[in-house]
Amino acid sequence: MAAPLTLLLIVAVTIRAVLFRSSLAELIPERVEVVSPLNAWKRVVEGLALLDLGVSPYAGDVFHETPLIIYFFHFVSDYAEIVFMMADALTAVALYLAVKDYNKTVFRKQKYALEAERYPLDCLELIRTPKEMYYIPLKVAMFYLLNPFTILSCVAKSTCGLNNAVIALFILCTVKGSSLMSAIFLALATYQSIYPLTLFAPALLYLLQRLYIPVNWQRSSFWLFTTQYTFMYLGSLCVMVCLSFFLLSSWDFLSSVYGFILSVPDLTPNIGLFWYFFAEMFEHFRLFFICVFQINVFFYTIPLSIKLKEHPIFLIFMQIAIISIFKSYPTVGDIALYMAFLPAWNHLYRFLRNIFLVSVVLLACSTLFPVLWHLWIYAGSANSNFYYAITLLFNVAQILLVSDYFYAYLRREHHLTHGLYLKRKDGSEATLVLK
Amino acid sequence: MLAFVLCGLVYVFVTADVQETNQVKDAEGQTHAVEEERQWEATEVETNLSLTDTPSDNEADHVQTCDRPPPPPAKDEIQEAAEEVRRDSLETNIVDVPSDKVDHVSDTKKTLDDPPPPPEKDRFQEELVIRPLHSGDTYASFQFRTLWDTDFFRGNKVLYYQLFPKSLGQVISKFSVSELHISFTQGYWRTMQWGQPFLPSPPGAELWEWCQDTVTDVDIAWKELTNVLSGIVCASLNFIDSTNTVQPSASFKPLGVGNGNAFSANAVLPREIVCTENLTPWKKLLPCGAKTGLAVLMNSEKVFHSSFYSQALHITPVCQDWQCKSTAWELKRTLNVVFDLHSSGQGKREWSLFKMFSRTLTEACPLRHCGEQFELSPATPLLSQAVVLGDRRTYSVYDLTNQATFGQMPAESGDMLRPLLHGERYVAGYGLPTGEIHTLVYNHHTYRAFPVLLLDTVPWYLRLYIHTLTTPAIYIHYQPSKDRLQPHLLEMLVQLPPNSVTEVTVQFERALLKWTEYTPDPNHGFYVGPLLAVPSVVAMDTNSTQERPLFSSFFPCKEESSYFMRVYTEPLLVNLPTPDFSMPYNVICLTCTVMAVGYGSLYNLLTHTFQVEEPGLRCVPLL
Repeated sequence: MAAPLTLLLIVAVTIRAVLFRSSLAELIPERVEVVSPLNAWKRVVEGLALLDLGVSPYAGDVFHETPLIIYFFHFVSDYAEIVFMMADALTAVALYLAVKDYNKTVFRKQKYALEAERYPLDCLELIRTPKEMYYIPLKVAMFYLLNPFTILSCVAKSTCGLNNAVIALFILCTVKGSSLMSAIFLALATYQSIYPLTLFAPALLYLLQRLYIPVNWQRSSFWLFTTQYTFMYLGSLCVMVCLSFFLLSSWDFLSSVYGFILSVPDLTPNIGLFWYFFAEMFEHFRLFFICVFQINVFFYTIPLSIKLKEHPIFLIFMQIAIISIFKSYPTVGDIALYMAFLPAWNHLYRFLRNIFLVSVVLLACSTLFPVLWHLWIYAGSANSNFYYAITLLFNVAQILLVSDYFYAYLRREHHLTHGLYLKRKDGSEATLVLK
Repeated sequence: MLAFVLCGLVYVFVTADVQETNQVKDAEGQTHAVEEERQWEATEVETNLSLTDTPSDNEADHVQTCDRPPPPPAKDEIQEAAEEVRRDSLETNIVDVPSDKVDHVSDTKKTLDDPPPPPEKDRFQEELVIRPLHSGDTYASFQFRTLWDTDFFRGNKVLYYQLFPKSLGQVISKFSVSELHISFTQGYWRTMQWGQPFLPSPPGAELWEWCQDTVTDVDIAWKELTNVLSGIVCASLNFIDSTNTVQPSASFKPLGVGNGNAFSANAVLPREIVCTENLTPWKKLLPCGAKTGLAVLMNSEKVFHSSFYSQALHITPVCQDWQCKSTAWELKRTLNVVFDLHSSGQGKREWSLFKMFSRTLTEACPLRHCGEQFELSPATPLLSQAVVLGDRRTYSVYDLTNQATFGQMPAESGDMLRPLLHGERYVAGYGLPTGEIHTLVYNHHTYRAFPVLLLDTVPWYLRLYIHTLTTPAIYIHYQPSKDRLQPHLLEMLVQLPPNSVTEVTVQFERALLKWTEYTPDPNHGFYVGPLLAVPSVVAMDTNSTQERPLFSSFFPCKEESSYFMRVYTEPLLVNLPTPDFSMPYNVICLTCTVMAVGYGSLYNLLTHTFQVEEPGLRCVPLL
C-alpha cells in the first residue's frame, strides 16, 4: 500500500509544482472562492511587511492570522510553496493512516458482532468486506490530494491548508488513541480558528470508546478521563494563547483574530452565507443575526453527540462539514477536507437519496462561481445578486449532501439492528419513515 | 463736526511730517478735505484700469489697499517714504472712520480727544492680486488679514471683539485652538497650465488644526470643533469623523509660532461641494461685510461661474516683533478665483474688474489699516496727475509705440515659469476587486534636489497592501486602517532628484460595504483625498513686523526666502463593488431559508427515529 500512496503523493506534488510555475499562480490567489480575508497569503505577506516596518500586524484590519502563524512564516516565507505542498501531503498521509486504523477498528467490531450473532440474518449484504475496505484509505488520500478544491487552495497558498493539516493530525492522534497529542492538536486547531472547538465532543467520545469507558454519568472513570482530557485541551490552548501574547506582548490579536471571525466585519464576497446577508442587514438587527448565524456551528454539537455517540468518527465528519458550511469565512479548502471523508462512507451509497442531484448542483455551482463573478465584477453586466444566488445554491447542495449522508448512516444502523427487509404486521413489504 | 475738524488737524500734522521726510511735492497739499477725499476716490483709478495688452506672467498685477504716493525718481527715497506713510496712515485711518457707519469702532474714536492716539489693537488689511495666467485665464486672489493683539496663551479672558469675528474668537478660546486652517475648493488647480497657486488647497473641504496641550480629550474636542465650524461656515464639516481624520507625524508643521502645540488633526472631505451658501457666511466674517471694500467684488453669480474657486480661512499666532516678545492672532481670509475670460471674451486676452465680477469698487472698507496702492506691470515711468474739480487722480501712461510696453509674450516664447514641483495621480487596474494607485511627483528644477514629505490618506474601504508599495522613500511612517474607524496614513520622505519624475505605487483591495455605508449614487464612485507633497525645507515666516504686500508670503521673492508651499495631486474617484440596494428583505428571507433548510433537515434526523410505516395507525409526531 505504500507504493500507490507514494505515487499519489508524487503526482499531487507535481501538479502543484507545475501550477505554481504557471500563469495561474497569479490568478488563483485573487479568487474569492479560494481565499478569504482570514487565510489569504497576500495578507500574511502584508503582516510580515508590517512587522518589518515596526508596526504591529494587528494595528490594521488586513492581517487576521494568529501570531504563531506569522512567526512561523517569518522564518519560512521564502519556502512557502514547499510548506503548503508539504502541508497537503501531510494531511493526506494523516488521513490515510487515520482511516486505515479506523477501518481496522470497524472491521474488528463487525467481526465481534458477527460472532455474537447480533446482526439479523438478512443484513449480510450490509456487512463490509475486507476487499472493499482495502482501498478506502488510498481513496481518501486521493480525494484530498487530487480534489481541485485542495489544489486551488494550495496554489493560492491559503493558510486553510495548514489548518486542514492540523485537523487531520488531530484525527490521526485521536484514532491512534494518543489523548495528549489529540488534545494538543485540537487546541492548535481551535487556536487557529475557534470553530474546531466542536470537535472536542467526538474526540472525547472516541477516546472513551477506545479505552472501553462507557459514557455513564455515574462512573468515576468517565469523569476522570473527561477532566483529564479537558485539562490537557485547555492547558495547551492556554499555553498557545500565552505564547502568542509573549511573542507580541499585546492582546490585540484576540480581537483581531477571534473578534474578526465572530463579528464578521469584512464583507468580502465568498462562498458562504454571511457576506451578502450582513451587507444587506438592517443595522439594529445585526447583532441578533450574527448570534443566530454563529450559533449554528455550535448548536448541533450536543444533539449530534447524543445521536452518534457510538460513531465518533462519523460525528467528526459531520462536525467538519457543518463548520465548513456555517463558518463566517468559508473557502473551498474547508470543503475539501470533509469531502476527503466521503470514500470512507461509500458503504452508505445504497441509502443515499439524492446524491446525483447534489453532485450535479455542486459541480454546476463550482463552474458558475467564476462566471458570475466575472459578470458582476469585471463585465458589469450582472450584479451581486447573481453571485449571491450561486452561493445560496452551493450551500443548499452542501446541506443536502451532509444531511443525506447522515440519513444514510442512521438508516444503515437501523437496518443492522432491525433487518434489511422489514415487514409490516400483515406480512407485506414495509417502508421506513422518520417519525 | 467737531470731531471732523480735530481729525483734520491731526491729519495736517501727519501729512506735513510725511512730506518733510518724503520730499514729495504735493501740489494740492493745502486742502486737507480734498486730500482726505483722495483716499476714497483713488479707488476709481483702479476701476478705470483695464489692460488691453498681455502682462507678463511672472509679475503679478497688484492692487493693495495701502496708501502710496506716486513713485518719485529716486528709489531709495521711495522705500523710506512708503515706510513713513504706512506708519502714519495708521492714525489717519482712524480719523477716516465715519462714526455713523460702523458702531463698534466708536470706542477708538474717543481716544482722538487726546492726541497722539495709542496704537490700536486690531488691524485690518485687504488686498487683491490679479494675475493673467499663461493659459489666458485670469487669476484673482483676495486676501483679508486681521491682526488681533491678544494673547490666549496666557489665559486672558476676552470680553469684547473689535475687528476679529466674535464667532471665531470664541471658537479659538473654547477649544484651545492654536492654529486653524479651513479651505473650500471647487475645481482643480491646473499647476502645469497656471503655475503655482498662491495658497494651494485640495478640491473639496480641508480642515486642519493644532490645539494646545491643555486639551484633555482631543477626540471629543475635535468632534465638537468640526460641528461648530460646520455651523459657522455652513458646510458639511460635521461629516469629519475618525474615518477621515489623520494625525500626521511629520507632514504638518504649525505655520505660526508654536506654543505648546500638542495635537494636530487633519481631515479632507474631497466630496464637499462648495457653493454660495459657503461664501455668504464667509463674507460675514469680514469687518465691513460685503458692503464696502474689496468684498464688494465677490458677486457669487460671477465668482462661482469660474474654472477654479477656493476660499480659505487661516488663523495663526504670529510674532509682533523680531524678538517675538508679544504674539498676536492673525486671521487670514483668502479667496482665489480663476476666470476663464479667454473663451468667454472671444479670444481676447483682456480683463477688467467689471468683466470679471460684474461689479466695480466703490468704497474702501473704512476699517482697513492703510490706503490704496496699485502696481501695474510692466511698470511705466510716466505718471500723469490730473485734478478734476479738486479731485486728484493719478494715471499711468503707456507709450504704445514702444514694443516693451506690451511686456514679454510668454505664450509665444513658451517659457512660462514652470512650477518647481508638480504632482499627478491615477488609479490603474481593471475590474472591481483590486487596483493600484500611481502617484507621480515631478521636480522641474534644473539642478536642485528637494527632500519632500508625501502624505497620503486613503480611506479604510480601499485596503492598502503596504508590501506592494514601491517608493524611493528614505523614511516611511505607516499607520494601517481600522475598518470603519480610521483611514490609512502613509507618510514618506522622498528625495526628488533635479529634473526628475518620482513614482510611488501601492496596490489596494476594494471592500464591499454594508448597504447603508454607501453614499447616495454609489456607482458614481468614492472620492479619495489627494496626495500632499510638502517640501520639507520651506516654512512660513511667522513674523508680521515686515511691512510688505500680503501676497509676498506666498511665493519667493528671493531664492533663500521662506514661503508656504504645498503640492496637491488630483483627488481620485474609485468605484467600489455594490450590493443590490433594492433587496434587503429578499436577501434576509432567502438566506434565512437556507439556514432553515439546514436546521430543518438536521432537526428532523436528530429528533425522529426510523419506524415502519403502518397504514392503519397514523400517529402524528409531537413536534
